[in-house]
Parts: sequence; C-alpha cells; structure tokens
Amino acid sequence: MSGEQFFFWLLALTTCGGAIAVVLNQNVVRMAFWLVVSLGSVAAIYFLLHADFVGTTQLLIYVGGTVVLLIFGVMLTASGPHVHIKTSPADLVMAGGVGVLMLFLLISTVTAVDWKAVHGDAYPQDTSGYNDPRISHGNTARPIGLKLLGVSLEDTKGNPKKLSTGYLLPFEIVSVHLLVVLIGASYLARAKRRADANTDVESSR
Amino acid sequence: MSALFATNTMGEFFSEYLGGESAPWGYALAAFIHAFILINVFALAPLFFIWLERKVSGRIQDRLGPTRVGGRFGWLQGLADGGKLVQKEDLVPKAADAMLFRMAPYIVCISSFGAFMVLPFSDGWVAVGADVGLFLLVAILSLEVFGIILAGYSSGSKWSLFGGMREAAQMVSYEIPLAICSLVPIVSVGSLNLGEIGAIQSGPIWNWMLFHDPFTFVAFFVYFTVATAGCKRAPFDLAEAESELVGGFHTEYSGMRWSFFFMAEYASMFLVSGVAAILFLGGWNSGLVLDNWLRELGTGTDGIAAAGYLANVIGMGIFVTKASLLVFVQIWVRWTLPRLRIDQVMITCLKYLIPISCALFLGAVLWPIGMLMMTGRTTLFGEPMGERVPAARVENASPSDGPSAATNIESGESDRLAASAEDGGQQ
Repeated sequence: MSGEQFFFWLLALTTCGGAIAVVLNQNVVRMAFWLVVSLGSVAAIYFLLHADFVGTTQLLIYVGGTVVLLIFGVMLTASGPHVHIKTSPADLVMAGGVGVLMLFLLISTVTAVDWKAVHGDAYPQDTSGYNDPRISHGNTARPIGLKLLGVSLEDTKGNPKKLSTGYLLPFEIVSVHLLVVLIGASYLARAKRRADANTDVESSR
Repeated sequence: MSALFATNTMGEFFSEYLGGESAPWGYALAAFIHAFILINVFALAPLFFIWLERKVSGRIQDRLGPTRVGGRFGWLQGLADGGKLVQKEDLVPKAADAMLFRMAPYIVCISSFGAFMVLPFSDGWVAVGADVGLFLLVAILSLEVFGIILAGYSSGSKWSLFGGMREAAQMVSYEIPLAICSLVPIVSVGSLNLGEIGAIQSGPIWNWMLFHDPFTFVAFFVYFTVATAGCKRAPFDLAEAESELVGGFHTEYSGMRWSFFFMAEYASMFLVSGVAAILFLGGWNSGLVLDNWLRELGTGTDGIAAAGYLANVIGMGIFVTKASLLVFVQIWVRWTLPRLRIDQVMITCLKYLIPISCALFLGAVLWPIGMLMMTGRTTLFGEPMGERVPAARVENASPSDGPSAATNIESGESDRLAASAEDGGQQ
C-alpha cells in the first residue's frame, strides 16, 4: 500500500466515523465536534487529491460554518446545561429511508463512472514559474482564477487559449444573489423578533 | 543548486538516499523533520514572548519584572512557569462535558500550529509551499475559535460560557475585515502564494507593499488592529476579561491544558505578525539591497550555493525580527490601552473597520488604473509590479518539463495581470 492510499483510507475512516458519530450523538455540541472531524477529513482528502483550493474552501466555509451552527445551536437551544436531541421513531424511519435511498444513488453514480478512463496525470499545473513544477500539482489557484476569466491553460499544453466566456459573471451573479438572500433573511428575522419583543412587553404589562 | 524548497528538496533528498522514487519513507522523514522544527518554533516562541510580556509590562508599570530565574533578566522565567504548570493536577469539573473539555485545548493548539505549516520563514523556507498560502492560513486560523467556543461551552460554567460566546461573536465579526485587509496587498501582487508575495518585495525599501500606495499603507494599520483582536489580545480580550469573567473561557482549566491555550495565543500573535511582515513589511527582505546581491549570487546553476543559503539564513533573521517587533507592539498596546466593552468591540468592527477595509479594497483596485491615467505608471514608488516578478525556478526542473516550462515563463506576465484582475473580481 502506498503512502497516498494509506492516508486515503485513514481519512476515509475518520470521515465516515465522524459522520456516524454525528448521527449517533444526542448532544448538539458533540455533534458539531464530530461534524468538524468529518468535514475536516474531507478537506484533507481534497489536499491529498492535489486540490488545494477546494480543500481550503472546504475548511473555511464548511468547517468554519459549523462554528456558526454551533453558536446558534447553543444560543437558540440552551435550556439545560447540556442539550440533548431526542428523535421520535417515525423520524428515525423516515430519515433512515431517505439515507438509504441517497446511499443507493451515490453508489450507482460512482459505479457508473468508467474510472479507467479518468487518468491521474491530468492535474492542472501552476504556471507562475515561481513554484517548482515537481511539487506544483496542488497549486491550482492560478488555473482556477484564469478559468474564471475564461482563459484555459491545461487543455492546450501551455498555450493560453481564450475561451468565449469565463465563469466570473455567473459566479458574481450567484454571489450577489446569495448576499441579497442573506440580507433579506436577516431583515425578516429581525423585524419578526422586534414585533415579538413588543408583544412580550405589552403582555407582561 | 536546485531550488531550496523545504519539503520538496528535503523529501527528494531523503527518498533518493533511501532508494529512489518508490520509497515513501524519504518524504515521511522530511515531513517529520519539518513538523519537528516547526513544533519547536511553536513552543519556543511563546516561551520568549511570555518572558517579554512580563518584562515589558513590568517596565510599563514601573516594576522590574522577573529578575532571578536563569541568571540575568530572568530569561528562564517561562521555563520555570512551565515546570510549575506541568506539576499541577489535571482537573475536570463535575458539570463539564469531559470529552470536549479535554479536547478543546488540543483543537486550539493544532489550528495555531497548523497555520505555521504554510508560513514561509525565508525565501522558499516553508513546510507547505501552497499556491493558496494566505487563503489556507486564514482558513486554518479561523478554526482556533472553534476550540475556544468548545472550551467555553463544555466547562459547565457561566463565566466560561459568557467568555466563549463573546469570543465567538467577536471572531465571526473580525474575520471579515481581516480577510479584506489581507486582500488589499494581494490585489497589487496578484498571488496568494506567501513565498511569492515576499519575493516580490525584494529590493529597496520602497518596494515593500506598505509603500505601494496609500491604501496598502492604511491597510497595514487596520490589519494589525484586526489581527490583535483576532488573537483576543487587549484591548479586545473580552473572552478572558479577568475583571468581569474571572478567566473567561479558561476559568475552569488548570495545569498544562490551561497553558496550551496560552501557547496557542502567543504563537498566534507571532503568526499574525509574521503574516503582516510578509504582506506589508517586505517579509525576509531587509529593504537594503545588500541581501538581494547575496541572494542573486546564490541563484542559478553556476551560483555559489553557500551564498544563497547564507542569504536565506539572514532573511530568516530579518523576518523573525520584524515579526517579533510587531509582537512587541501588541504587548505594548495591551499594557497601555484599557479594555473595551463588548458593544464597543462590536461597533469598532462592524461600523468602522469593515467599511474602512471595504473602502481600502476598492481604492487599491482603482489605484493602478488611476495612476496609469494620471502619470503613465502603475506604482507610486519602486519598480512596476511586472518587473518585480520573482525569477522563475522552472529552469531547475527535470528535462521532461522543459518545453512547456519555457512557454510558461513567457506567458507569466499576462498570467499575472489576469490573476490580479481575477483577485479584484472575486470580491
């Protein structure tokens, strides 16, 4: 077994173990901890696959997002010292059914791909000339940035080729859309809470 | 002499020494050596800075600070503290969630230590020379808050919970201006690779990003303020707040677990100061041209290898000095300014620092265009960015990479322009 395979199996084990622990735990904060273990292992697998940018994004957005989840989990549900979540049997059956269906979907997708055709040497190369090409497999920031602008590098063996459009405009539209949704959601939540606070004050009077 | 890429060269050296390409143990050994060196930096930097903090705070308060341990100046005081902390009993309160309580200090330490992996100490002296270095560093550092919240929550104490929640609110807010401020020099450099950012600032002192334009100049001070808050240092140390929360998130901790939090805190201070030095203050370059001559003497196939190595050693000294001076400023600020209230901390961030950093970012994007229109050059002082692109190291590659590498060097300039435009466009 090569080093890469060893680390892949190790990380796969922690990913799945963390995910199972999330399901089995009943304490919100412990669930968040195991979620961080699971998502962090996924990020590590990305690093192992020479996808530094995706791995970093996974760390920042998903693992960092769990922190926010944790804060809300503690702040919104903290009635006792340690919060426990109890699920009813009906919920368990429904969630289990959905989970099994999802598993079948994933397995059928994975087995449908002809993995022999996907060759491992197709890593995007760093083109800055600053990094040693022998270790520049994971340095995908510049190729990704150029793809956003519509310039592709790895298809044409080092000759930059201008594509018709980049991904920058769709990316910007999606991000602005998300921002609008975020601001709208916080505005709605805030207005609602203020109204509740007023009624609370009035009812207590 | 092949490029002195820490992991690469050392890993290849060991794997060739131990039996060619097929031996993974060479890389494992190299990785172990990197981790060993860095964990010593991670442990010794706090030892020094805790001593420095005691001396500086003593001087500011008209005291002497430690004087006896280790002979003069009490320089072994940190070791004596450590010896005392090791002997203390490892307590877990009855109300605590024992597993998370025990785990929290490790999470804080690991995230702080992990960020050292991508911090270059000199030209090419970095454990993981990632192309997304700065992004990765910010991402790893943001995990530190998770350990703090876990510590605050799992202690089963109201003081700790208050401290943890304050820290959470503070960190979630301060990460935004931190990220935007560190993007301001990135716009001009056009790379997230910390090694490349440092290399671009070689040469005379006005090549430093601090003097690139007025926006990077202001951004340095905003970044430093935000980074101080990010390390939960006074005047932003609301998570600890001894006078109101006993000890904040670490109220219930004792012994080594307690000291892990402080090791991580002082290591993070050094880390954010090091990032400030690389982003704004020229990294490992002295700003005098002397060390560049030495480095140029050592590059290329016919260069003197020892000269390049010496330049890197000197560069590491310069870098550590710059970062330590910034840590000293953080200590100085702590013992000079009073602690803010939590609402003042949040207002400082949300109403002042975020708008300021957004304006700086916008200004930094528009600056080269404005300069080009007004004066015909893109920089105020120093050489244009395109001329400062670090020399390509591709020439050291194996022959099979030759043809594509050569075209890559030629297209480097257009890539750089495109990449800087891309960095501006992502926000």
